[in-house]
Amino acid sequence: MIASLICVISVTAFLQFFVSYCRSALATSRKVVLSEHVQEITGIASSNVAATDFPRLVQLVRLCPERGADQNEIRAVGTYYRLLAAIGHLTSAVMPKLAAWTLQERRSCSYFAAVALDRRITYTRGLYTEQVADRI
Amino acid sequence: MALGPFDYGVWIVSFVLEAFVVVCAFYRKTFLKYLSLNIYMACAALVTCGLYICIKTAGFTSPTYLYYYYYSDALLYILMYFVIIQLYQQVFHEMKVSRYIQGAAAGLLAVTALFSFLVVHQNKDHLTTRFVVELEQNLNFLGVVLVYLLWGAILKLRETRTRLIQLVLALGVYFSATAGIYALRNLFPGLETSLLRWLPPLLGTWLPFAWGYTFARVPEDAHLTPARLVAVKPR
Repeated sequence: MIASLICVISVTAFLQFFVSYCRSALATSRKVVLSEHVQEITGIASSNVAATDFPRLVQLVRLCPERGADQNEIRAVGTYYRLLAAIGHLTSAVMPKLAAWTLQERRSCSYFAAVALDRRITYTRGLYTEQVADRI
Repeated sequence: MALGPFDYGVWIVSFVLEAFVVVCAFYRKTFLKYLSLNIYMACAALVTCGLYICIKTAGFTSPTYLYYYYYSDALLYILMYFVIIQLYQQVFHEMKVSRYIQGAAAGLLAVTALFSFLVVHQNKDHLTTRFVVELEQNLNFLGVVLVYLLWGAILKLRETRTRLIQLVLALGVYFSATAGIYALRNLFPGLETSLLRWLPPLLGTWLPFAWGYTFARVPEDAHLTPARLVAVKPR
């Protein structure tokens, strides 16, 4: 009985902490303005990122060399994105406002992926410049 | 039961991440500000090394390993309470209630220790792994409650320091997931050899990863509005 109660409370608390943690990670990326280069590559403007862009952006991120510990961060936001997509899909007919909120959140996830892509491209360019400089 | 590449891989990743947190905090000049947290991470890294040495010298199924595992885990729990106390102190810093927090925390720790001692004393004749699982589940749940209260205080006091918020949320994720896993182990002992064998070690990498990320990426002076982080149901 106690174990069941602890399990239910823990799962509820976990969801709340996890969502808040992901939103805090997304909030820090929201302040970053996308570079013109990334806007050109992806064909999206800073203010015009669609919720459905996320998988495409993550694929582009994976094409770039890994940079530090951001892989786990992208994975965590990816889990959050899928959770939101499932909630949005289940509630679109019954609770349209909740579905609209999940759509807005997924858009933030896409923006986060775009910022990650921007960082990785900058990192790759830095590596390339270093290599060229070494050869010279 | 033999350890495979997965177990060793998770071990190495845990150790590297734990050491990374300490090095990163030192490099960012926040080592003393988050002293308890860094001491905890340094001790966790040492415990990880100790576990490896124990397995190599005494074996995975030996009593030496079993005692080392549970005693070091208990000590890490005590250190974790100090981390939570320090986070409380940081949140209530401006209210000058540090003395009361320390008093309350010392009292709570004493009560938890006494409760654990009494339970162990009563169960000493049949001190099985099932009992240990139950005790760890309760200790983790206490952690969930403490972090939840802290999160509530952050929202109420409108704390805006991003780094502090992320450290607390990462701790909340860790405690709630761990308590949930222990509760599931208690409810469904059959899962212990399958799903619940892989989850706890993986979860062990979460805290050093999240804290390392926070120290590495989030500047000390970064701010955000915590009210925006709560998933409020749209009206």
